Amino acid sequence: MNRYVELKNHQREIYYFRLRLVLSLGFVVVMLLILLLRFFYLQVIRHDYFHTMADSNRIYVVPIVPNRGLILDRNGVVMAQNYSGYTLEIAPNKVADMDALIAELSKLVEITPKDIKRFQKLLTERQTLETMPIRSHLSDEEVARVSAQQFRFPGVEVKARLFREYPFTDMTSHLIGYVGRINQNDIDQLDDDDVASNYLGSDYIGKTGIEQSYEKDLHGKTGFEQVEVDAGGRAVRVLSRTAPQSGSNLMLTLDAKLQEVAEKAFGEYRGALVALDPTNGEVLAFVSKPGYDPGLFIDGIDTETWDALNNSPDTPLNNRALRGQYPPGSTIKPFMALAGLFYGTRSPTHAISDPGYYMLPGSRHQYRDWKAGGHGAVDMFKSIVISCDTYYYGLATELGIDNMHSYLSRFGFGQKTGLDMEGEVSGLLPSSEWKAKRYQQIWYPGDTVSAGIGQGYNLVTPLQLAYATAILANDGVAFQPHLVREMRSAGGGAVQTESKQMFDLKIDPENLKLVKGAMEAVTKPGGTAAVASYGATYRMAGKTGTAQVIAIKQGEKYDAKKVSEYNRDHAWFIAFAPADKPRIAMAVLVENGGHGGTTAAPIARKVMDYYLLGKTPQPLPTDKTGDQSD
Amino acid sequence: MNARQFKQRLMVNLDPVLLAALGGFALVSLVLLYSASDGNLVRVLAQLGNIVVAFTAMWIVANMPLHYLMRAAFPIYVLGMILLLLVMTPLGVNSHGATRWLNIGVATIQPSELMKLAVPLMMAWYFEKNEATLKLRNYFVATILLLMPVALIAKQPDLGTAILIGASGFYVLFLAGLSWRIMIGSALAAAASAPFLWSALHDYQRHRVMMLFDPSQDALGKGYHTIQGMIAVGSGGILGKGYLNGTQTHLDFLPERTTDFIFAVWSEEFGLIGNLLLLSLYVFVIGRGFIITANASTYFTRLMSGSITLTFFTYAFVNMGMVSGILPVVGVPLPLISYGGTSMLTLMLGFGILMSIQSNKKLVKT
Repeated sequence: MNRYVELKNHQREIYYFRLRLVLSLGFVVVMLLILLLRFFYLQVIRHDYFHTMADSNRIYVVPIVPNRGLILDRNGVVMAQNYSGYTLEIAPNKVADMDALIAELSKLVEITPKDIKRFQKLLTERQTLETMPIRSHLSDEEVARVSAQQFRFPGVEVKARLFREYPFTDMTSHLIGYVGRINQNDIDQLDDDDVASNYLGSDYIGKTGIEQSYEKDLHGKTGFEQVEVDAGGRAVRVLSRTAPQSGSNLMLTLDAKLQEVAEKAFGEYRGALVALDPTNGEVLAFVSKPGYDPGLFIDGIDTETWDALNNSPDTPLNNRALRGQYPPGSTIKPFMALAGLFYGTRSPTHAISDPGYYMLPGSRHQYRDWKAGGHGAVDMFKSIVISCDTYYYGLATELGIDNMHSYLSRFGFGQKTGLDMEGEVSGLLPSSEWKAKRYQQIWYPGDTVSAGIGQGYNLVTPLQLAYATAILANDGVAFQPHLVREMRSAGGGAVQTESKQMFDLKIDPENLKLVKGAMEAVTKPGGTAAVASYGATYRMAGKTGTAQVIAIKQGEKYDAKKVSEYNRDHAWFIAFAPADKPRIAMAVLVENGGHGGTTAAPIARKVMDYYLLGKTPQPLPTDKTGDQSD
Repeated sequence: MNARQFKQRLMVNLDPVLLAALGGFALVSLVLLYSASDGNLVRVLAQLGNIVVAFTAMWIVANMPLHYLMRAAFPIYVLGMILLLLVMTPLGVNSHGATRWLNIGVATIQPSELMKLAVPLMMAWYFEKNEATLKLRNYFVATILLLMPVALIAKQPDLGTAILIGASGFYVLFLAGLSWRIMIGSALAAAASAPFLWSALHDYQRHRVMMLFDPSQDALGKGYHTIQGMIAVGSGGILGKGYLNGTQTHLDFLPERTTDFIFAVWSEEFGLIGNLLLLSLYVFVIGRGFIITANASTYFTRLMSGSITLTFFTYAFVNMGMVSGILPVVGVPLPLISYGGTSMLTLMLGFGILMSIQSNKKLVKT
């Protein structure tokens, strides 16, 4: 009985066991189906996606940064070039404790507090996955030391880079400008211009001057390399390569030597000089003093140096030649004389009797001439030679401001010259319409009087005044001022900048002869620039000017000694030579230099001596006293 | 004894069908490892050594009378438990944040590996012993016998091994006839208590659990494994990239590609077709296991061979599921293929038991 039950149990057990085994088999089949479906999903349905993923895993597109174009002067003297060097760089996103890392690194290479500050500023400027330089110009020994220890510092790299170098440093800072590290603003701008892809891998971009204005040409075209990489990011092999195209080399119209002469001629003075070839618009010299070392900006400037530059009363960062706006003072007079002749307001022979001041009809207010007691009988020729204010007070009043505006604007006053450099300002050539718009005020006759001698609302840039002088020197035929003479692409092709004639004012030759003759007489004994021109072996023409910085009260006399240095008058000199067939025309501004004949004209003389005679400047004779005129 | 007799004597207790399939795995393992290790012959030879040792162990067990095994079940289990407890003492060796090893002077051993066989052996033996008077209480005791080592191993932590041992024990319980009511009841109870357990966890613990199920949360850490594994599998397509041509494999993107992620190498280089072939090989072995189980003559052998077969399947499923991204990464090698001697040895010991059961049945019949 017992045995029977057990046997029955045994059979039932086997039955139940096999049932469960079959269920297990079912479970296995279901699970296998799930796996199969998963494989089908991954390997068939989503194959393309994962195929792409695998490729993007292994294939990196590595940009190859093109070499930036060189900047040369008209004779091939290098003004901006590249050299290779090593930098110590950190990838910020791979570093947890930056301070500790820097502390460790500074045991291997010297890292100054300035370097650290500069680096920290870079970090705030650009959120990036790339590396940022903390030290540049590593020595070979330093490179070796870091490389040996590199395994200790994930995210730290020694990179070989091309650096930009400006051999003339502060001498050409305002002309050449500088490149700096690409910051967020630059990236936004590049995105807007739809050229961001050309800057993949680029670290630098032109920030000011030629470097900025010709960025497109200097940068070149970025090449690409498709490389297969392993999981560690190490390149295994190159799959394809598109070579980069180096940027174009720029040959400037500028003469580096002339620039140097001009620069040195300023001595300690602040100011600006723009010299043009009036026959084709080429800029021969372009000086803004003081300059600064453009090298400071290339890898980011530290805050202290920046503050020092930015807050200096000498404003070394201000490009005076391009952006400085000053009253033209008496340099406006030759153009005023031409206006008078053009409108028939004055005949060449008409002479006034100068009592030393001018009064508007029905007013007792005295507009003083620079010379107390006056110049006696003054005709147009003499008015320029001795720079008679009274003559131009009257001329301006009779011309009226709107005729003045109309005529002077033909010479480019109040407008940008269109120089191939970014950031130019337009100066100010006032008119009654302008004043109504700007100040909601009517134009007063008194405004015209001071405008007649280039004071009042008038503002010009040194570049503008040089341009106007060049137009006058070239008998009214204007050529577009430009800085780049030739662009040589890496492919070997060279594109010359064609001299572009802007307009011909068709000035009456008789009028021209009178005014240019008078300007030549300015440089002769009796003229306001006689001393500076003494002994010149070529015919030089010019006009001095003084731009008031502070107003002088009625009845008071300006005394340079009583006025603090920064409030002293600015000195102007415009000039061209040789007078009969001008090859160079220029405007020289000496800030707080006082009289144009004393400070500005000698600079012009040195520049011309070098340009026309190849003469390196000699000290000028000092036995004569400076001209006491403006 | 001539050569023919010797061969017969050598093969008498080996199941030829199973042996052929296992030989197939050994071949696949060596060929695939050559690719996965970037042609590292030292590694391939080392694996060949592992295979030789494992096959020898299998042969020994296959030729061992079954009652030896049954008699050894209890002592081996107790020894395993003692070793597991010792791992928690200062004798335990910590590596990569887990304490799984034991320093016994001459070498370090991994007691949890021993438990992979010891636990089902113990449970099967226990059920066999109480077969005549099986009551609910016996299932309870068996469950305790299972949960004690599983808890210790999960705590090391070694989630992969704990899951495999848990599964092997559950298969014994299931095949031993654990009532549906209890199974469903415990499943419901577990589901119901999950929210309470969840709220009792610390934030970092919750984060870890979340990480298991959503690897993309940590794409550069643990998730990196899964993502790169899925890329390898998916980019293999239908036909695969060809032997030795997997980019994920040979450019170093696949982590652990000779061990836990070796299936991704196979998938990348041989594609869906290759996966089907490999699955077939597994199905073949499992199918043979089912047949042996169905024909096993005693309660003990039925439970033991059933558990070994199903655990082998679980092994393969968890590994492939983990590499193809349907299961969290828990650190389970691909059975019989991944590089490594220990898991190979344990698995082959299991197959030795299976063969012993098979030949034992033959003995009973004849």
